[in-house]
Amino acid sequence: MQQIINFVLRNKTFLVFLLLFGLSLFFTIQSHSYHKSKFINSSNFVTGAVYQTANGIGQYFNLIKENKALLEENRMLKSIVHNLDVDTIRSDFKDSLKLDAHFKFRTANVYKNSYSQSANYLTINKGKKDSIEVDYGVITSQGIVGIVENTSQNYASVLSILNTRSRINAQLKKTNHIGSLVWNTESPEFAQLIDISKFAPVAIGDTIMTGGQSTIFPKGILIGTVNSYNIDSGGDSYIVNVKLFNDMTNIGHVYVIENLQAAELKSLQKPKND
Amino acid sequence: MTKLTLNLAARFIVLVLVQVLIFNHINFLGYINPYIYILFIILFPANNNRTLFVFLAFLLGFSVDVFSDSGGVHAAACVTLAYIRPIFLKFSFGTIYDYQSIKFNQTDFSSKFTYFTALILIHHLIMYSLEIFNISKIILILQKTLFSGIFTIILCLIITILFSPKRK
Repeated sequence: MQQIINFVLRNKTFLVFLLLFGLSLFFTIQSHSYHKSKFINSSNFVTGAVYQTANGIGQYFNLIKENKALLEENRMLKSIVHNLDVDTIRSDFKDSLKLDAHFKFRTANVYKNSYSQSANYLTINKGKKDSIEVDYGVITSQGIVGIVENTSQNYASVLSILNTRSRINAQLKKTNHIGSLVWNTESPEFAQLIDISKFAPVAIGDTIMTGGQSTIFPKGILIGTVNSYNIDSGGDSYIVNVKLFNDMTNIGHVYVIENLQAAELKSLQKPKND
Repeated sequence: MTKLTLNLAARFIVLVLVQVLIFNHINFLGYINPYIYILFIILFPANNNRTLFVFLAFLLGFSVDVFSDSGGVHAAACVTLAYIRPIFLKFSFGTIYDYQSIKFNQTDFSSKFTYFTALILIHHLIMYSLEIFNISKIILILQKTLFSGIFTIILCLIITILFSPKRK
């Protein structure tokens, strides 16, 4: 017994080192698996408050750009509203605005954004208090941003599409060929659409949007345009390099989407998957 | 002793805040960020309690990790750095270290440069290996280590020169 205690005392630095290194490795590995990065994320109250203060100052430098983006979005919405024919509204024609009725939108400010790592996250200023929950989608007026991964009382952290763990269901706008949007860490301007059938008529300049298959995003949210494409090593699907509409390096205001029918959809799909 | 403790605590907080609020957002050429918070480990007094030092290094890395949503990569790199630091102190400063009396602002530039370079490159290598976590992307890891490393070394040297007490 004496010897064991002596051994521990003699090597206490090494033992502390091993313990702490193991702990950090555990955190690292945990952060690589989806929905398990519970302990360490920037949506807790200390980091949230610090980022809030910094954002309060930094926000003013982006006001011009933010205003322009809002103006552009207003213009687009106005053009939709004013072009709506009164007759079309009255008939039982299902227009795209009504289709979205089961999605609820909330606005939020981005407090922290990163895009230079291989696993990027955003922190936004809405949390459980504002009924933001895990797995809500996050978009801007230009395109998609990511999915909510953790929430605290006042803040939430968002898994960016610029994250090697992100996989988002997407499709070509002109046909219904679907694939998954992933990121190869090379550039924050481009994401990759994989697993898209080689029978799909892909052409450079085509628009990519979200597919309706996930319970997170509504169908038809714009993602980007085809920049280049090639057949993958297996030979039966395309890898498409997508130029994102969003400038992921400069995101100020975002919309958080709640799918009110997500639970219903999930319960319907569950028996088939099991 | 109390003055030194206070000084170190202030340095800890200031370096973490400066790192997460300013230096994490530089993104020079798209992805190059300097990690200047490890100055805390580099400049920690050499004759102190090593166990406490390893623990403080863990806290430092952990704080940066919490702010930048990176799991435990900074913590792992910092703990390793703190543990192996004596080897590099001996390697770069030789005899002065044996007498336990290093004043970092009084050593000559070349040995300081060697010491900084070795520690910073090791820190970056461990951090990027864990962050990317994929052995097939070894080229990307080395590339990031090199570029960020150069940036960090230059900034750390500038900061130590700017903030060192005036010589008589």
